[in-house]
Amino acid sequence: MARHNVTVTVNGEAHSREVDSRLLLVHLIRDELALTGTHIGCDTTHCGACTVLVDGVPTKSCTVLAVQADGAEIGTVEGLADANGMSALQEGFMQEHGLQCGFCTPGMLMTGTALLARNANPGEAEIREAISGNLCRCTGYVNIVKAVEYAAAKMAGADDDAPAAEEAN
Amino acid sequence: MADATAKPRTSAKICGMGHSMKRKEDPRFLQGKGNYIDDHTLPGMLWLDIVRSPIAYGKIVNIDSSKALEIDGVLAVLTGKDLEAYGLHWMPTLMSDTQMVLPTDTVMYQAQEVAGVIATSRYAAADGVAAVEVEYEAMTPVMDPFKALEDDAPVLRTDKEGQEDNRIWHWEAGDKEATDKIFDEADVVVREKMHVPRIHVASIETCGCLADFNPVEGHLTVYMTTQAPHAIRTVLALVAGHVGLSEEKIRVVSPDIGGGFGGKVPVYPGYVIAIAASVVLGKPVKWIEDRMENLQADSFARDYHMDAEVAADAGGKIKALRIKTLADHGYADAQAAPSKFPAGLFSICTGSYDMENAYAEVDAVYTNKPPGGVAYRCSFRVTEAVHCLERIVDTLAHKVGKDPATLREENFIPKEAFPYHSPLGWEYDSGDYQAAMDKAKEMIGYDDLRKEQAEKRERGELMGIGVCSFTEVLGAGPSKDFDILGIKMFDSAEVRVHPTGKAIARFGTKSQGQGHETTYAQIIAEELGLPAAHVQVEEGDTDTAPYGLGTYASRSTPTAGAAGVMAARKLRDKARKIAAHLLEVSEEDLDWEPGTFSVKGAPDKSVTIQDCAFAAYTNLPEGMEPGMEATNYYDPPNLTFPFGTYICVVDIDRGTGEVTVRRFVAVDDCGNIINPMIVQGQIHGGLTQGLGPALYEEMTYDEDGNNQAGSFMDYLVPTAVETPAWETGHTVTPSPHHPLGAKGVGESATVGAPPAIANAVVDALAHLGVTHMEIPIRPERGWGALRGEGGEGGWVVSVMGWGGVRASQW
Ligand code: FES
Ligand code: FES
Repeated sequence: MARHNVTVTVNGEAHSREVDSRLLLVHLIRDELALTGTHIGCDTTHCGACTVLVDGVPTKSCTVLAVQADGAEIGTVEGLADANGMSALQEGFMQEHGLQCGFCTPGMLMTGTALLARNANPGEAEIREAISGNLCRCTGYVNIVKAVEYAAAKMAGADDDAPAAEEAN
Repeated sequence: MADATAKPRTSAKICGMGHSMKRKEDPRFLQGKGNYIDDHTLPGMLWLDIVRSPIAYGKIVNIDSSKALEIDGVLAVLTGKDLEAYGLHWMPTLMSDTQMVLPTDTVMYQAQEVAGVIATSRYAAADGVAAVEVEYEAMTPVMDPFKALEDDAPVLRTDKEGQEDNRIWHWEAGDKEATDKIFDEADVVVREKMHVPRIHVASIETCGCLADFNPVEGHLTVYMTTQAPHAIRTVLALVAGHVGLSEEKIRVVSPDIGGGFGGKVPVYPGYVIAIAASVVLGKPVKWIEDRMENLQADSFARDYHMDAEVAADAGGKIKALRIKTLADHGYADAQAAPSKFPAGLFSICTGSYDMENAYAEVDAVYTNKPPGGVAYRCSFRVTEAVHCLERIVDTLAHKVGKDPATLREENFIPKEAFPYHSPLGWEYDSGDYQAAMDKAKEMIGYDDLRKEQAEKRERGELMGIGVCSFTEVLGAGPSKDFDILGIKMFDSAEVRVHPTGKAIARFGTKSQGQGHETTYAQIIAEELGLPAAHVQVEEGDTDTAPYGLGTYASRSTPTAGAAGVMAARKLRDKARKIAAHLLEVSEEDLDWEPGTFSVKGAPDKSVTIQDCAFAAYTNLPEGMEPGMEATNYYDPPNLTFPFGTYICVVDIDRGTGEVTVRRFVAVDDCGNIINPMIVQGQIHGGLTQGLGPALYEEMTYDEDGNNQAGSFMDYLVPTAVETPAWETGHTVTPSPHHPLGAKGVGESATVGAPPAIANAVVDALAHLGVTHMEIPIRPERGWGALRGEGGEGGWVVSVMGWGGVRASQW
């Protein structure tokens, strides 16, 4: 099988590998680069557990060949937090209980991050539409929507108004 | 009834019961640092991939592995014949049935494991699978459970001595004669046949394991996605003890699990093949199922065909219930039910209603489907029982011309009647059904909705309101009745407080997203007054955790949670003795406020629980055993019976038949609440897993046995777009026998949601004469109903024989 040199920048760090033509990007990320935060939940591009950002665009990395990503800037869940701590969206997930088993969460975070980058104040319907390619079997989505809203509010500088996690009534 | 908004007893710093503590597990999951099964690697690790049967039933004529073995990286191909040499080609199921690990001559269902290919990489293993050539001689499969019972049906389990037909077992509960008599004399009898179809848990993480046999020490470590690590280790020792793998040489480690829902309780052949491969090759072997394998080969639930009747008086007062059920288990009885309860806890089917008598019977049957019967987010068949009852109660309401909420209220077991003895033998611990109904009606604005519905009907618009008032039965279970393979269904906790006042608590259960690391810490905090932040919770490693039966059937809080309480109370008693010693008073002279012992009448003379912990290692009363550690194995005195009322509003598109859930109010009563945020999350998730089967999810097979929903293209898991914004509320009726008054909650919503939704759809169409619709109510079924296509399922032709829509008149 033909081998190819591939260079990708993941979370700001450049990596070069010689890979088979057929290697999936998700396997490059997980198996070769040992970034196991990106998950695999299906084989038909439906679940979104593998979502990463390729040049800023949320992309299902199970449906892209590693060679197609040559030269790309890739963002994974491991790159969301920085020296100041978790991103507003990660914090939103924690505050609003937007995760349970955590398996869909990295994909949700990447999709949500991209949504907030293009729309700083999405409405509920827009959020639901944006994450409709990311399946979650645990949360029922309500708190994921709230987590995105929390992040939008926080990023708008309205830290104090960020909705606190409601106690169940 | 305790106040639903009762203030927590502990401070926010201690964060005991009643605090919506943020989850301790979240930071690692949010930063990609979870440790799921596929994240594990070991040096020299090999990959297993599985050759699966394309046919549902047939003989294996030949397996030719030669081409596979020529592929670079493929090291071995294991077949049933290879395993036979070790006596490992069959394994017991958790229901004392048997199941092939790999076949030696016959395949019994599509996607059955036929051979294992072991290779140096994921990709090489998959290449090997594609290159193994298997020749089959196909036979005609038996896919219809009713036909499986006919006299001329071929006997499928010819491997079982004495098996002369396809029956697995017959089970019954209740007084048949007395029930029949009530039916004979009743004013009103209604009857519905209904099918709760085969569905799939579809956790977003599939199943998998990494088996690591150390040939020098003869020791096996298996990292696997299991909800019941201790029980699995015992089963492995039973399967492989004869080849030297006795229980002390096996360690099962269950890492972070990406959703379980019951699907990760059974032992699947893939696990055993991986273990066998590791033993044969002396190297670690990893097996990760792909999604299509997962949807086609394991983790199936339900598939109950129920014929239900209710007898009532002319005013709709229920007198008796009679249900006859056929349970399609597929190729093997591989469910994980308690051994004395082959039909699970189906006998909860009299639900929330007081009636004179009831009789239920279930026949289980083999077919050529993969093994089914997983208790999918369900306390062993409660989902089927509740769907059946809550649907037919609506039929009764329709028949006697009463509002379905009113009819329920008139039949509720009154709150004074608890503890209540149900006609099928349960003792319900506590309940206040009217309170939950009142709250749900108020939250949704029931009376206004009925008015709106009447107006819409005038205009020809289709809107329905569905009600469900379920009673659950959780917390299996008291050891006198409950065991799995003979192992009693207790659970356990071990709590150790370190000298500096921090603690570790280990449990016999295993979280799959329920947040045990947080809620168990809160339980310990509640009892010991240590901050929950200082309590580290561990589960899942059989070498370190105390023996327990695992997490499913909403049993963690009722069993292991209670064990945690009892262990913590032992430590508090010890701490009290130490406090008396430190303060130089007698124990009786001490008051306890969470975290602090103080002298009665002199509150400034006090010591903290941390002081006591330190003294347990440094300054003990004479004769006291040092240390601060306690264990409890908790055998619950009874089950717990949570309940709730759910009300759902749907709109149906007249043109397409598409059902939209406009609103859904869920009022749950799970007794005292440990973490309201987590409870609400559990309910949201459960409701969504009730929405799926009500409207979209179904695992169907064609008559040749081909799975027709074997990928996420065809198996329709709800997305954020179809899922409504769930509205939740609760009432609190504590369990009188659980040490915290808690009941468990993980599954109530999965159980209660499908009938609420189905009832709403039928309600929307009731004026057209529709009395019943089979789930899932996909648009084609609604459309069929609108076009008057009753009888055999309208649009959907199902191999089950019973179709979608039934109408009394057109
Ligand atoms: S793994 Fe499911 S969409 Fe990529
Ligand atoms: S949190 Fe488990 S799948 Fe979303």
